Amino acid sequence: MNMSTLLALKKVLLAYAMPDGLHEVVRDFSLDLARGEIGCLLGASGCGKSTVLRAIAGFEPVRSGSISLDGLLISSPACVVAPELRRIGMMFQDYALFPHLTVLQNVAFGLRRQDKATQKARVAEMLKLVALADAGSSYPHELSGGQQQRVALARALAPAPDLLLLDEPFSNLDVDTREHLAFEVRDILRATGHTALLVTHNQAEAFAIADKIGIMSAGAIRQWDSPYNLRHHPQDDFVRDFIRRETLTMQRAAAYDRSSLGQP
Amino acid sequence: MILRLRTQLRNGGVALPLAALLACLVLAPLVVLGWLALQAGTAHWSHLVTHVLPQAAINTALLLTGVGVLTALLGTGTAWLVTAYDFPGRRILTWALLLPLAVPTYIVAYAYLDLLHPIGPVQTALRTLLGYDNPRQLRLPDLRTLQGAVFVLGFVLYPYVYLTTRVMFMSQAASLLEAARTLGATRIETFWRVVLPMARPAIAVGLSLSLLETLNDIGASEFLGVQTLTVAVYTTWVTRSDLGGAAQIALAMLVIVIGLILLERHGRQRQRFSGTQRMRPVQATRLHGAKAALALVLGALPVIIGFAAPAAYLVTETFKRLHIVGGVSAQLLSALLNTLVLATAATALTLFCGLVVAWAARSPRPGAGSGNAGNFDLPRACVRIAGLGYAVPGTVLAIGLLTPLLIIDGAWGFVTGNNGLFLMGSTAALVIAYGIRFLAISSGGIEAGLTRIPPSLEQASRLLGETATGTLRRVHLPLLRPALAASALLVFVDAMKELPVTLLLRPMNFDTLATWLYADAARGSYEEGAVAALAIVAAGLLPVILLARVNLKMGR
Repeated sequence: MNMSTLLALKKVLLAYAMPDGLHEVVRDFSLDLARGEIGCLLGASGCGKSTVLRAIAGFEPVRSGSISLDGLLISSPACVVAPELRRIGMMFQDYALFPHLTVLQNVAFGLRRQDKATQKARVAEMLKLVALADAGSSYPHELSGGQQQRVALARALAPAPDLLLLDEPFSNLDVDTREHLAFEVRDILRATGHTALLVTHNQAEAFAIADKIGIMSAGAIRQWDSPYNLRHHPQDDFVRDFIRRETLTMQRAAAYDRSSLGQP
Repeated sequence: MILRLRTQLRNGGVALPLAALLACLVLAPLVVLGWLALQAGTAHWSHLVTHVLPQAAINTALLLTGVGVLTALLGTGTAWLVTAYDFPGRRILTWALLLPLAVPTYIVAYAYLDLLHPIGPVQTALRTLLGYDNPRQLRLPDLRTLQGAVFVLGFVLYPYVYLTTRVMFMSQAASLLEAARTLGATRIETFWRVVLPMARPAIAVGLSLSLLETLNDIGASEFLGVQTLTVAVYTTWVTRSDLGGAAQIALAMLVIVIGLILLERHGRQRQRFSGTQRMRPVQATRLHGAKAALALVLGALPVIIGFAAPAAYLVTETFKRLHIVGGVSAQLLSALLNTLVLATAATALTLFCGLVVAWAARSPRPGAGSGNAGNFDLPRACVRIAGLGYAVPGTVLAIGLLTPLLIIDGAWGFVTGNNGLFLMGSTAALVIAYGIRFLAISSGGIEAGLTRIPPSLEQASRLLGETATGTLRRVHLPLLRPALAASALLVFVDAMKELPVTLLLRPMNFDTLATWLYADAARGSYEEGAVAALAIVAAGLLPVILLARVNLKMGR
């Protein structure tokens, strides 16, 4: 662990209590994320990646191991820092915008301890950042999916969290918006210098956005590395196959598109 | 498990300990009942067994059976009628069939005693029609019998079965019935072999609710002279001051209650909701001519008997009264004021407690882990127990509460040196009892409201720096407003018409509209009772409208 490490998970075990005992969902899970980096957990649905995210946010108890943020222990079997005290922001798959509040009020939700003028300035800054400066008085249901998503991003960034978590952030959008927004979100995060951890099952998305990618399967992390290393130095056959399979599918799809477009 | 319990405690905030305390409060009167019954000894018991219980138990059993059969027939029959057939007036009937819910059992009995009196309007009209001039020449059977009680109770309680069964029929797929028809079953056979078996869980739920209400009833049975267990509890305590004896009968009633709760649970367990949106609902067959007229008459009859006739009677009597006297008495006005104040206080308390219980048991709770089915879930246990009050008949609850209330009053007197009855002498005892009895209504309504709020909203709020309690205030309470309003309305109206608990726990010389009516009917004086009854029925119409809108999707 070097000096710039912000988020560190050490041998984390996550499990659900069932009548017949603990059912392990994620085991022996370790990763380090440096300040300013964008990390991504990539894997099929049900591999436990969202559970990891919820544990970092403080919504799942850690059965063994530890999670620390900026050198401070935030989750272990003996110690749980309440979610609201962690300085972690999160963008939810369903955006979780408060339906009874306007866009302005949603973005200002986490700024309650600041005075009104500071709040107002920060909200305006955030809405400008996501290019929604005019939508402040709208209610969430009046916005398109892509706009709602940008409000969710503005709201999560407004309190200037140490770490931003994104849970399948683009899965509810149509393909065009998804691609466009993925780059937009990356640019915003880069511009503001935020550290972020993203969860997705979409390889293109992961490779487009992330500095570090963790390939997950069946509750374990197979390789946590840069996109370049994953492509060129896969640690084992599973990782090699995982990446090749997806690339092949994409190439085939592209070829199919070309051929069908070529037909009169 | 210790870890789980610790997590549960941490994340519930103050809500979970409070909910556990509430659950204990609900259990307290039941535990006290058992203790009282044991203390009372066998001397009372043998007296009860030989003289009181057999007749009361037989009467109660016959009453429950009769009301059960009548409500099941009326409720299921009318629900199927408005689901499967289309005829003029059907749309109105679908909600009008709920109207009898607005008439409490003691009011329908009160109204029919006068309506069907030998010199009352119905029999007089019949005689005029048939050309008789003396009451002795034609006399309908006396209403003051067990059959009479079954009749009046059945016609106001069938809507419980109607509502649950109608909702079930609305969600049944037409394809199932069509499949039965293609397999050679006639329309009637389809009803018996497919529709009815599938509706059985819904019928069981509605039936258990209507029978719990029958067991709770004290006014109708007493006006009609039927010695039921409820009446026996009341007289054993009020006229013989035998608390132990009353507790023993109450305990016997609890056995029946447990049976009915099991029936309801069984019904709910087997209820399945198909989640597919593509399902086509049952299409009604259009009826014409005589058949349509017959359907209309069959559907309208329960509404007329259970609501229109008694309501019309109350309106006429009220107008007569106002015309003759030119106003209402000061006592009635003070009873009205008492009722409103009491119902408001009970609503506030019940809503707060319901919110505590529902919030403590919300799921998934952050930190509790999603999708876990642990061996012991304290919050869920609290909800279950807190909901028991609705099933306990009012008289039973009141007898169980007497001792704890007197103990608290004693302790209060000892501490303050003031020997007045702090709880029993004020309406505080009534508010507490209402709170216990109606807690299930508010916690159930609020719980249903909470499940419609996605858990990610709470998580988002927590990550934006808000505490659990702050999240409740800033996110959930604003979103719960409709659920809170609906629960408040239901509790308020139920508190307004409550009779058995009020009779036993009210302070001296304190009247609500319901006890005023009860006293009036008990004296047989029929003076201002109709005015009080009309006020209760009018208020009772509001939750019926709400039920129709929410459950039958009317008026949307």
